[in-house]
Amino acid sequence: MSTTSETSSIPAGAATGRPRPGGQGGQGNSRRPRPGGTAGEVKPRRGGRELLGALPWIGPALILIFGVVLFPAVVMFFNSTRDISISGLDKGSVGFDNYIEVFSFPYFWPIFGRTIVWVVVVVVATVLISLALAQLLNKAFPGRRIVRLAVIIPWAASVVMTTMVVYYGLEPYFGIINKFLVDIGLIATPEGYGWTRNPETAFAWSIVVAVFVSLPFTTYTILAGLQTMPGEVLEAAKMDGAGPVRTYWGVVLPQLRSAISVAVLINIINVFNSLPILKVMTGSIPGYDADTIMTMIFKYIQNQHKVDVASALSVVAFLIVIVIVAIYVRVVKPMKEV
Amino acid sequence: MAVTAPAFETIAPPAASARKRRYTEDQVPLGKMIWRMVAGFLVLAVFVLPYVIMFFGSVKTKAQIRSVDPTYFPQEWHWENYINMWSTPETPLPQNLISTIIISVFATLLVLLVSLPAAYYTARFKFPGRMVFLFLVIVTQMLQPAVLTSGLFRQFVALELIDTWAAMIFINAAFNLSFAVWIMHSFFAGIPKEVDEAAQIDGAGRLRVLFTISLPLVWPGIVTAIVFTFVACWNEFAASLVILSTAGNQPLSVALTKFVGQYETSWQYVFGVSIVAIVPVVILFMLIEKRLVGGLTAGSVK
Repeated sequence: MSTTSETSSIPAGAATGRPRPGGQGGQGNSRRPRPGGTAGEVKPRRGGRELLGALPWIGPALILIFGVVLFPAVVMFFNSTRDISISGLDKGSVGFDNYIEVFSFPYFWPIFGRTIVWVVVVVVATVLISLALAQLLNKAFPGRRIVRLAVIIPWAASVVMTTMVVYYGLEPYFGIINKFLVDIGLIATPEGYGWTRNPETAFAWSIVVAVFVSLPFTTYTILAGLQTMPGEVLEAAKMDGAGPVRTYWGVVLPQLRSAISVAVLINIINVFNSLPILKVMTGSIPGYDADTIMTMIFKYIQNQHKVDVASALSVVAFLIVIVIVAIYVRVVKPMKEV
Repeated sequence: MAVTAPAFETIAPPAASARKRRYTEDQVPLGKMIWRMVAGFLVLAVFVLPYVIMFFGSVKTKAQIRSVDPTYFPQEWHWENYINMWSTPETPLPQNLISTIIISVFATLLVLLVSLPAAYYTARFKFPGRMVFLFLVIVTQMLQPAVLTSGLFRQFVALELIDTWAAMIFINAAFNLSFAVWIMHSFFAGIPKEVDEAAQIDGAGRLRVLFTISLPLVWPGIVTAIVFTFVACWNEFAASLVILSTAGNQPLSVALTKFVGQYETSWQYVFGVSIVAIVPVVILFMLIEKRLVGGLTAGSVK
């Protein structure tokens, strides 16, 4: 039984709450099979012939992964050391000149700092709000199902379109969010603050949108964690006289550790890679006062047609992502039961 | 459901008995219940609000939506916007819709074609390199087109596939493959080996076992993979922005950004198109609600 290799903080047998149909009996079976799981035992096959036998099955996937994910990464590394003209002609090697251009760009370090602010603020706010949302959605109340479904909407909807409605809402005079802020007296004139005209306010609103679209996945992940929690533990805490706050800090949060770490890491990657929100909200503001590394890459490609410099900055971004992925693999151990 | 149905569900709702217990034994006080309903309603309101604004905007006239004294609700309902929006001058929206559909459909088909055998084989057989393959899949899941765009751009220029649907079909398929492999892998792994063996003893070949025995059992996983992939391709933005330069080739997500920052944006059309693009995928996502987390978190949250 692969549950023996389980190192998760969530105790085995606490699993689903839904009995496994036709459960194969025995303890530990009440948990859901993990990827590579248990029920369909893996037949051992050895040797190169077995690898050849596997190729027809996994080959097409390998071709796609190597051809469209890994090879472009190699191309990107290579291009970052080349001089590529605006028309796309490769004019030979320039060593690390593109990197020097990236790092000596006067706005680079502000952009770097803003990227950190962007990721940290969005992820922290998202996780905190999601903890509360998940707590609510885990409680029984009439209409809970509808609320849960509503929470999915920003996850399924195009981020571009969600951002555009906010952008419109913030327009001076006719924007509906702007009007609402005037109506409740938060801002004085319908002219508004030029929310989407100033880099600072446009960036701040982008953070709001980014949190909004990150909430569904995060809430659902934490909710999944909450649902694996055995009711007995909570009852035991209650019997011991722990209040709701103490129970939450002492019992619930520690149990949610794996769910939260998955949510945090996946969010870090998503938010770091996020382009559409800032592209829509701050894209028409001249200058570089609302850019992150990701939007800067696209400015290099699209506005300045410098694919070589864009590649250098992409390599920097790629290395950052790889570090986060390495942390993900170490902390979350997605391979542990495969 | 068949006795042997895989029970991999990331967010299993509390079993019926558990739910009953919550309502009866636990006896939540009425006040608490009302508080929860109020909070629940507020959450619902916040999450649907942008899309309600979108919908109301989509039936206003341009004069109404750009009025200096706007109204929250449309005073007249101009449904003709949903017809007129397709001939707006900014971008060929009908072609953009077709692009979105073609790219999403073919990318999803490609993902299915490629990931189904991989998921089946890695769940059923051990072979040298199996762990390496699954590790690759996980790493791919963490990578997104945005960070690789400049490499993708140059590569597809070299392949002379730049600005083609084919390029975006490959890109979307490659970056969404991992979710599909992962979720279907876990479903295949959930089928007891006895089922396969019994069929094999009866003389069925491996392919026949896959199609007649396994596939019906992993059907929920396949549906989840299809829906998730389709919706992800439908909304893809970063790579399409760079790879597709001809207006008619672009998907809706890219085409709509052209309206931003214009002198007189026809917001009512932007929102009409947005509603048309959003409603179907939201419904699809709601259908697989319970399994959404599983493939994304590689099963590390149960």
